[in-house]
Amino acid sequence: MHSTDKTDKDKGENGAPGLPQKGFWGWLNRRTSLDNLLRTALYEPIPGGARFAYIFGSGLLFIFISQVITGIFLALYYVPSADHAHTTVAYITKAVTAGSFLRSLHAYGASAMIIVLFLHISQTYVYGSYKGRRELLWLSGCALFGLVLAMAFTGYLLPWDQRAYFATAVGTNAVSEVPWIGESIKRLMRGGTEMGTLTISRFFVAHVFLIPAFIFALVASHILLFRKAGAAGPVNEDPYHPKQKSELFYPRQVLMDLSLTALLIIGLGLLCFFAPMQLGPPANPADARYVPRPEWYYLPIFQWLKYWHGSAAIVGVLVIPTLLVLAILALPFLDKSVERRPWKRPAAMGAYVFVAFSLVGLGLRSQYLDRHDSGVAQQLAKQRAEEDEYARKPFEPELSSASLVAANVTLADPLAAKGKIIFEGQSCNACHGDGGVGTAAAPALVGIRAKFSPDQLAELFKHPAPKMSAGGMPSIDLPPDDLKALIAYVESLK
Amino acid sequence: MVEDAGHLESGTSLGSGSSPESRRSFLGALLSVGGLFVGALLSVPLIRFALFPLLRRTTELKESPVGALTEFSSLTEPMMRTIQIEQVDGWRKAVSEKAVYVTKDSQGRLRVLTSICPHLGCTVPWNKEKDRFVCPCHGATFAADGTRVSGPSLRGMDTLETSVQDGELQVRFQYFRQLVSDKEIIG
Repeated sequence: MHSTDKTDKDKGENGAPGLPQKGFWGWLNRRTSLDNLLRTALYEPIPGGARFAYIFGSGLLFIFISQVITGIFLALYYVPSADHAHTTVAYITKAVTAGSFLRSLHAYGASAMIIVLFLHISQTYVYGSYKGRRELLWLSGCALFGLVLAMAFTGYLLPWDQRAYFATAVGTNAVSEVPWIGESIKRLMRGGTEMGTLTISRFFVAHVFLIPAFIFALVASHILLFRKAGAAGPVNEDPYHPKQKSELFYPRQVLMDLSLTALLIIGLGLLCFFAPMQLGPPANPADARYVPRPEWYYLPIFQWLKYWHGSAAIVGVLVIPTLLVLAILALPFLDKSVERRPWKRPAAMGAYVFVAFSLVGLGLRSQYLDRHDSGVAQQLAKQRAEEDEYARKPFEPELSSASLVAANVTLADPLAAKGKIIFEGQSCNACHGDGGVGTAAAPALVGIRAKFSPDQLAELFKHPAPKMSAGGMPSIDLPPDDLKALIAYVESLK
Repeated sequence: MVEDAGHLESGTSLGSGSSPESRRSFLGALLSVGGLFVGALLSVPLIRFALFPLLRRTTELKESPVGALTEFSSLTEPMMRTIQIEQVDGWRKAVSEKAVYVTKDSQGRLRVLTSICPHLGCTVPWNKEKDRFVCPCHGATFAADGTRVSGPSLRGMDTLETSVQDGELQVRFQYFRQLVSDKEIIG
């Protein structure tokens, strides 16, 4: 430690600044070597200098961190169950301060992630930045791409509104088209043959615990591998041995990266403030007329799957997607040439343009078909109107199950209903609780039917057992009709 | 959020030194301040979201309607009413029913009594013959206006907070501690 104090070795090279060597920062630095970390993070050489083309990676990192933070905060109020998910999201959207804004930030953040991810992949592909010992970097990026799509898919269900429910029903149904194991995978994803509360639990666990853990690990690997391989630089740079004069990441590239971050903050902020994400009415699985539509980024796949039915389905659902994924994964292994200039790589560029246009084309086609099928267009308009209507309604708390039990009993049987009045009039509820749920003073009467017959109950009411008397249970002296009603009520408690 | 991105770049350059460095350290300082400012701005909705229970009521006992004032104008003895109590607990609510008595105090003003005995919590019925509230559990008795007459209870029956809205009597149902001589709200 003492040597650090004397020498100047913490001072950056190239006249680069570091933390001050005196006072608190100096002490912190001697204890942590924070300076080294900062220098490693910031003084990464970029062959050919800083460019706006390289800003998307850190943009993605920013959105990811934003998603993590907003996600953690949303979990303060969210409950992952078919009973409560929609109510709690409605509570977040309609009641909690800044709730609509934060939820919108999280939901639109997913879309922003997809857009920036597409730009990041496009830049990498067009610049040939996957070349030159960057196979693992590319593969970790592909895995991250898949995980981000999985996050979008699992997160979409969680609000449990009509839109979410039906889109996920269709999405999980598509999986069952996979031959042999498709049906089992679907059942595994749903936690059963139908969509239900187990589906929410599974999607929640995947969305909140599993996938994020993998993303964290892979983001770390991706950055590590990137730093190991080094920035690829411009298209005319040698991917193996960069020769162009390099510029450090800080400050110019940092400023360029921050400009995207600023743009994202302003764009998302304005969008979330002026056009917050809507929550539709709660999922109603019985609604047979509902026309499901996925989020925009899944429209191309949605449209693609429409073309494949019957015996040909295996080609469209399994063979072609698998080949495409394999081709993408194998890219850095197949394309070993050092040529990175797009205009010298017509096949690669052709494939890129073809895939990009196909995706956009499929998405537009889906939109076009919806607009030109009057039945569908009408139903979609109706669904949007229902969403608007639901969005305008004030928040209505969910009736707790205890209240429902108490309410249901009164309706069931007139004798039991009379018994309930006696139960309360005789202050039985004072000790046994409303609806016989039990209190600290006396045990629950719920389900007592299984233990005692009506005759046994009548006997216990007249002559309580010694243990009951000791607990404060009085003997009940009622006219026979009232006693009968009281017993009917107590027996009805479930 | 952004402050994380910001910190990374920022904290670096508070260093002093020769002039090629000073421009960078100025930029570093600018980024630190900017990063902190944007970070603070972005945490405003997060803080508001988390502090919601401090900004608004998240748990609440709603006032329950008892009946129109006119129904109680010619009251000669305590009248039992079953009220619906709505208890809001965050995003859910519980609805329960409780018996209360509408009666008059010595000055003839309306008063609503909870039927829960202040002794041990049994429901106290009005006994017309004895012109008293008589608790079935341990025999505490109370006058028509709820004041204690005899028995083990340490205080009279508990009055509930009332208000009048559009000619209707409203009551806020509450529980009180038992076995003490002073009325003490417990929930």
